[in-house]
Amino acid sequence: MKKTDALIIGAGPTGLFTAHQLKLIGLDCEIVDNLDKVGGQCIELYPDKPIYDIPAVPECTGEELTNNLLNQLKPFDIKFHLSERVEEVKKEDNDWLVKTSSGNSFLTPNVIIAGGVGSFEPRKFSPKDCEKFENKSLFYSVKDKNIFKGKTVSIFGGGDSALDWAIELSKESKVNLIHRRDEFRGAQATVDKMHELKEAGKINLFTKYQMTNPHGEQTLESIDIKHDNNEIKNLKTEYVLGFFGLIMQLGPIANWGLNLNKKTIEVDTEKFETNQKGIYAVGDICNYPGKLKLILSGFHEGALAARACFKLARPDEKYRFEFTTTSTNLLKRLGKKE
Amino acid sequence: MAKITYITSDNQTHTVEVQNGLTVMEGAVQNDIPGIDADCGGGMACATCHVYVKDDWFNRIPKKEDGEDDMLDMAFEPKTNSRLSCQIIVSDELDGLEVNIPSKQA
Repeated sequence: MKKTDALIIGAGPTGLFTAHQLKLIGLDCEIVDNLDKVGGQCIELYPDKPIYDIPAVPECTGEELTNNLLNQLKPFDIKFHLSERVEEVKKEDNDWLVKTSSGNSFLTPNVIIAGGVGSFEPRKFSPKDCEKFENKSLFYSVKDKNIFKGKTVSIFGGGDSALDWAIELSKESKVNLIHRRDEFRGAQATVDKMHELKEAGKINLFTKYQMTNPHGEQTLESIDIKHDNNEIKNLKTEYVLGFFGLIMQLGPIANWGLNLNKKTIEVDTEKFETNQKGIYAVGDICNYPGKLKLILSGFHEGALAARACFKLARPDEKYRFEFTTTSTNLLKRLGKKE
Repeated sequence: MAKITYITSDNQTHTVEVQNGLTVMEGAVQNDIPGIDADCGGGMACATCHVYVKDDWFNRIPKKEDGEDDMLDMAFEPKTNSRLSCQIIVSDELDGLEVNIPSKQA
C-alpha cells in the first residue's frame, strides 16, 4: 500500500495543474488515470484542435497544452499510474483507502477527483448478442494481431483506428470494413490507402451498413449487417473488431457516496470539497452555482482544493500563502534556488 | 418560441415551449426530459444528446455542420435521420418539431 498526501484521479489538464499546486505547497501526490496516456479529453478528443481560451495562451492544441503542463511539472517528482481505473474509495480511520483495477492501493487523507466526465470506455456494439462474443472473437482493441493471421476479420468504424487496422490486417487476413456512411473521418492519406487496397481486392468495403446480428453458438460464425435501405447481408467472419471511439462513463465514482447531480459531483466553492470530508472534485466533473466547464475554471478549482488538502495532510502545520516570484521556499521546490 | 415534442424510447411524449436561440438539447435538459445526457454541455464533443428527427422535419432544419457526422459515428444506433440536438438552434420556424430520443445515449 502506498501512502501519499493526496491522490488525484484523472490526468487531464485540471488533474495535472492540481498536481503542480500540491507539489508547490510541499505536498506529495500521485495520479491515476484510466487512459494509457496523460492529457484526458485534450488528448483523447481533440489533440489537434486549437483551444483559444487558455489565459495568456492565445492558441494551442490539446496536445500542446498537455505537453506544456507536463513541462511545468518537470521540477517535481510525480508518480503516474496509467491504464488504471480507481474502483473503490473507502474510509479507513481518518484516511481514504483507494483501490485501483490493477490492484494498487493508496492510503491518503485527500482524494481529488479530476475525472472530466468519467472514465473513457470503448463504445460498444448495440445488439445485445454481441456481448457473449466479447474478448473471444469480438474486440474493441487489438492486443495481439497474430490471432487474426489467415482468418476473416470484420472491422467496424470510420476513424483512424478502424482504417489503420483494416490496412494492417489486410496483409495477412481477409478484411471486411464496414461503416455507417460513405465518408471516413480518418486522415486523408489513410482513407486513400484503404481505397487503393479496396481496388486491389484486399479489403471488402461495405458502407451505409451497420451490425444487426452476430451468429454462432460458442464461436462466432457470421454476422448480419443492414444497409440504410434495410437490405441485410450475411458475412462469414471469424473475428469482429469495433472502433466507435470512446465514450465517457462515470463508472465506479457513482458508488462512493457522493452527492451527484446527473453526472457531476456537488462541491462547495471554498475548498471544492464534496459532501465527504477529504474528497474533492475539480474540473468538468464538479458542479456548483455558476460552474463553467472551461479548462481555466479547472485550474482555479484545483489550486483551491490543493490548499484545502494541506490542512488534512499537515494537521500540525499552518499553511502560509506565498508567491513564486518572491518565496525562497517555493523557488527551492521549483529547483530555481539551492 | 417554438413548441417542441420529444418522444422517449418508451413512447412518452413531452411537448414543451423552447425559447428562440436555445438548442433542442437545452430545451430537453431545462425541462428535465429524460434520455438526453449532453455530457459535454453542448460543445459537439460527445454524442450523448443524439436524437432522431422525424423525416418531414429532417430536411427543413438547418443542415449539419462539419464534425457533427464524425461525432454521430460514435452515437448509439445512429440512423440516416440522426442529429445532435445541441446543434439544432430553436427559432419560430421550428414550431412543431418532433424528435425521438434513442433508448440510450452511452
